Amino acid sequence: MKRKLLFTSAAILTIAMFGISGIVLGDDDDDNRSRSSAGYGDRSGYSHPGPSGKQYDPAYSRGRQYDPASQRSRQKAPGVAPVNNLQYLEECGSCHFPYQPGLLPARSWAKVMGNLDNHFSENAELPAEDGNILLDYLLKNSADNSSYKRSVKIMNSLRPGDAPLRVSETPYFLKKHDELTPKMVQNNPEVGSFSKCEACHTEAARGSFSEREILIPNFGPWEENEEKERGERDRRR
Amino acid sequence: MKIKLISVTALLLALPFYAHASAVSELEATYQAQGAGPFSAAAGKALWTKEFVDAKSGKKHSCPTCHTADLTKEGKHARTGKIIKPMAPSVNPQRLTEVKKIKKWFVRNCKWTLGRECTAQEKGDVLAFLKTL
Repeated sequence: MKRKLLFTSAAILTIAMFGISGIVLGDDDDDNRSRSSAGYGDRSGYSHPGPSGKQYDPAYSRGRQYDPASQRSRQKAPGVAPVNNLQYLEECGSCHFPYQPGLLPARSWAKVMGNLDNHFSENAELPAEDGNILLDYLLKNSADNSSYKRSVKIMNSLRPGDAPLRVSETPYFLKKHDELTPKMVQNNPEVGSFSKCEACHTEAARGSFSEREILIPNFGPWEENEEKERGERDRRR
Repeated sequence: MKIKLISVTALLLALPFYAHASAVSELEATYQAQGAGPFSAAAGKALWTKEFVDAKSGKKHSCPTCHTADLTKEGKHARTGKIIKPMAPSVNPQRLTEVKKIKKWFVRNCKWTLGRECTAQEKGDVLAFLKTL
């Protein structure tokens, strides 16, 4: 009787272990797939020493913010992963929209963080220990380490090794904003620049950039503007 | 016992008001150790409002460029337009309470405004000016 119990528990343990390793392996497969499609690899020639001095491993803490057990919920995740690091929000968000790490690849963030003394012509220097913490957060949650929809699309629009410094330089961004007129953005006193995501994307802070949520100051919802634009174009023809 | 409790509570309640005093005096001591001092609020004010020409862009930079002339009011980042909370500790008690934060912004903003780091004397003067607001 006792032996039978032992056997049964051993069997259950074995099955459970296989089950867990199955999930872990499944996770790895997904990592590889998205990594190769993202063009991340040795080609970038980039290695991150990090605060711990360890080599940066993209698989290391990938996509842990949302349900990692369910592949389906991962693929469905819209937008980009919201910022979940208070220090990042405080340090970067005190001067500008705190761009989600999932908007640029790791190699871009490494460049940005390596140049804080000339941060788009501003000085944004940080003590090294804080800079390293933020860099680590950016790298682990970068677009090439995320399976959120927009992150994947941004990565797919880049050539391998491309390391844009601005989200607004990525081909995906350019394509998505090509119908906008300077009147709506650059010459719009309440917008001024494509760098101000939150000026029009009302849910940008949550990592959501859906068309329905766009409200251009002095113009109104994007969907209405889009119809007007199309109408005018058709009339001209 | 009761009196002790009350005095401890009173002390704790009073802490936020002394917070800026302690961060500033810590920094003043550091600057003095570097040979600076005594500090002058008037000199701090003069530096705060002085305009410097940026070597690269040719544009005039000064503290009020972003913080505006009235430090009890909100400022606006010259480039990004992000709102900057008032600098005056009287309306924004969080100001001048964190040594680390003060150091960080002195580095960044002195380099942006003056094109170089501020000296210990300049930083002490600016703090002397700001803490009176």
